[in-house]
Amino acid sequence: MPTKLIVDCSTGVTTEVELTAEEVAQREADAVAFAEIKAAEEAAAQAKADAKASAEAKLAALGLTADEIAALN
Amino acid sequence: MANTYTAIATVTVDGSAPASIEFTSIPATYTDLCVLLSARGARAAVSTIAIINFNSSTSNLSHRRLLGNGSAASSDNNATVLAFNFNGSTGTSATFGNATIYVPNYASSNAKSVSIDAVTENNATSAQVQLLAGLWNDTSAITSLKITAVAGDLVTTSTLDQYSTATLYGIKNS
Repeated sequence: MPTKLIVDCSTGVTTEVELTAEEVAQREADAVAFAEIKAAEEAAAQAKADAKASAEAKLAALGLTADEIAALN
Repeated sequence: MANTYTAIATVTVDGSAPASIEFTSIPATYTDLCVLLSARGARAAVSTIAIINFNSSTSNLSHRRLLGNGSAASSDNNATVLAFNFNGSTGTSATFGNATIYVPNYASSNAKSVSIDAVTENNATSAQVQLLAGLWNDTSAITSLKITAVAGDLVTTSTLDQYSTATLYGIKNS
């Protein structure tokens, strides 16, 4: 069972106790939530980057130079 | 450090590898709180995640973050947790991530803002610097603050390494 260090600021005493089942479950839920949101954000960022690259390739095919394409950003 | 800072408590991890560090019974006699954290986690990656909770509450937490990683800048937000990255186990050995967690007006009856300035340390290009604007949308005075190591798919093995240290400061204007 994971543990936590508790520092009682009124006494300065540090104790190590096991996480409760609720704390373990919440910790896992928080991690999953964070990972899921992070993955979604990374996927959205990748989709945006892919769309930008595609648009730049189409502009280049039309004859725009790299400097001209950069000027549109 | 300004003499308005008073060290309330310090904890250093010995060999026990806990998942969390929690400051309890925080006195209400200061205006602001500040935690200085030096930490390294067991996750097998360059960085791992720390989540902050107040008063054992797991709701009404959120953050927005600016992130630089050595090659690109980005930003993200999270409406569920207040979290930042610190060192995992595959960065340069014996290096620790650092964070300053600042909570103004922690004893007020308003929602609590949180500012976090954090870095991961690594003798390579893959390292991170982060600035977070956090929120605990709760009117309770903060009496406890917990920092928990979590890590996506390695949840149950995510712990704090030996010599990880946190110091809680109270700040007054006099």
